[in-house]
Amino acid sequence: MLNITEKILARASGKPKVSPGDVIFVNVDKVMVHDVSGPGVIAVFEKLKKGGMKIDRLWDPDKVWVAEDHFVPAADKISAQNIVLLTNFTKQFGIKKHFKYGMGQYGICHTLSHEEAMVSPGEVYVGGDSHTNTTGALGAFAAGLGHTDVAYVMLNGKIWFKVPETLYFKLNGKLPDYVMAKDFILKIIGDIGTDGAAYKTMQFGGTGISEMSVEERLTLTNMTTEAGAKNGIIEPDQQIRDYLAARGASKYNEVHGDADARYEKVYEYEASELEPIVAKPFSPENIVVARELSSTELDKAYIGSCTGAKLEDLRAVAKILKGRTVKIRTEVLPAAMSIFRKAMDEGLLKIFMDAGVVVGPPTCGACCGAHMGVLAKDEVCISTTNRNFPGRMGHVESKTYLASPLVTAASAVTGKITDPRDLK
Amino acid sequence: MKGSVIKYDKDDIDTDVILPGPYLKIHDYGELAKHAMEGLDKDFHKRVKPGDFIVAGRNFGCGSSREHAPIALSYSGIKAVLALSFARIFYRNAVDGAFLLPIEIEENAYKDISDSDFLEIDISKNEIKNLTKNKTYKMKPFPELVGKIISAGGLFNYKP
Repeated sequence: MLNITEKILARASGKPKVSPGDVIFVNVDKVMVHDVSGPGVIAVFEKLKKGGMKIDRLWDPDKVWVAEDHFVPAADKISAQNIVLLTNFTKQFGIKKHFKYGMGQYGICHTLSHEEAMVSPGEVYVGGDSHTNTTGALGAFAAGLGHTDVAYVMLNGKIWFKVPETLYFKLNGKLPDYVMAKDFILKIIGDIGTDGAAYKTMQFGGTGISEMSVEERLTLTNMTTEAGAKNGIIEPDQQIRDYLAARGASKYNEVHGDADARYEKVYEYEASELEPIVAKPFSPENIVVARELSSTELDKAYIGSCTGAKLEDLRAVAKILKGRTVKIRTEVLPAAMSIFRKAMDEGLLKIFMDAGVVVGPPTCGACCGAHMGVLAKDEVCISTTNRNFPGRMGHVESKTYLASPLVTAASAVTGKITDPRDLK
Repeated sequence: MKGSVIKYDKDDIDTDVILPGPYLKIHDYGELAKHAMEGLDKDFHKRVKPGDFIVAGRNFGCGSSREHAPIALSYSGIKAVLALSFARIFYRNAVDGAFLLPIEIEENAYKDISDSDFLEIDISKNEIKNLTKNKTYKMKPFPELVGKIISAGGLFNYKP
């Protein structure tokens, strides 16, 4: 009667079963840091060393991997120094998997987690970033942690968790044309609120999920973070096996929930009833159907981030932009170099550039308001990203509307928030 | 533990306002403190005193996993945040890094406590005394493991 999350946590803690509410130490299979959480972990190590702890090796450097994504290309002297710090760290501790900006494959950590098959079904994966939840779409337990916890994992290979209750979201039927996973997850967050799944698991299933592509599933699990969830998860199926096999991973121990698995609550959605949705400032739960905002004027459209710049997101944008030009400042930043290359090979980049769009390197930069195109006071942006808190993408009095790649692209064409079904 | 209250009558105070994104590259704890709460309250830095408490509504610390958020508050002098509820990563960062105490309070306490009230918190009794208003409120007890990690002084000092 255990669900997939409980089974993974039971296995990782060496117990025959666990129940929601149990506090357990679990063995971790993979741990990730990037150029923000990595230097954060290094600072924790320094503090520990000052306190007398000897730190000359990690628990298992082969289970640690590193991404450079938040402040690349280096935004200034401090961020450049952080990359040096990170590079010295991986050298010192013998970490082999370090995806470096400007050296072949690199990109946003969550995108690399699946593009590079860094995590397998059934594993416990933790990362120094809240959107670590993304990777749960592969059938792993994936959760975000802070610097102290990640430092603890790097030295001890384990960490404590409270076994979460699970909310099950069942999608009946295939999403209609012009409706994407982003619309579905925004609808869910609107329904349950930004703390509607706090400390809990959000699991997705049903025929709509079986028919949904792997990349679209990743959009769902990515934004479980915005509902406060500990992790998002989907049972692995043949699509996942094929996806991972294409990326060189075929040996792993899948975990599946029992047929009589228990869920705290089941929510059912009919795919045919879903529509393009937009989350207004300043919260991902602040949703309306896109058509209600058709008079909202925009300054910028942003297509980027772990949740909104995967290959299929770029294809959706290209479908809209083909033969059209943008009316507002528009940027496309593929989430990883492998996706950038595929977009080039498929001719998507030409479509973007013909439309007048700037195409840039993978980075978290503008999504978190750090650099690479932040918003000015009173500027209004529509974005494929995952958060729109005050100041998230720039000035604290700028505004961000969250939407699917299709809605964002259609809005780029008209300069106002636009339902792609209404685009002439 | 005694201190005065800085109150934000607000739910969903997220990590983007507690410590805005552009400062994520900073790992000097004292430097981070200068930017604490900058996205919500520009005067926080001038106002906060060592030992102060923040009082806020639901889902405090939602958003990113940045440990910079509890660090910036802690190094500003904040000893505890009293809120109706906490986002999970902020909560565990505060506890595991021993930066501040995340204390869950009930609706009556949240409504009753005013800005600048002087409180005395006794976690051994799960009790909060409002010395300004001469009232006492219950705090939600820490879960067992969390209580042990707090007593140990953070996760690295805790022996399972």
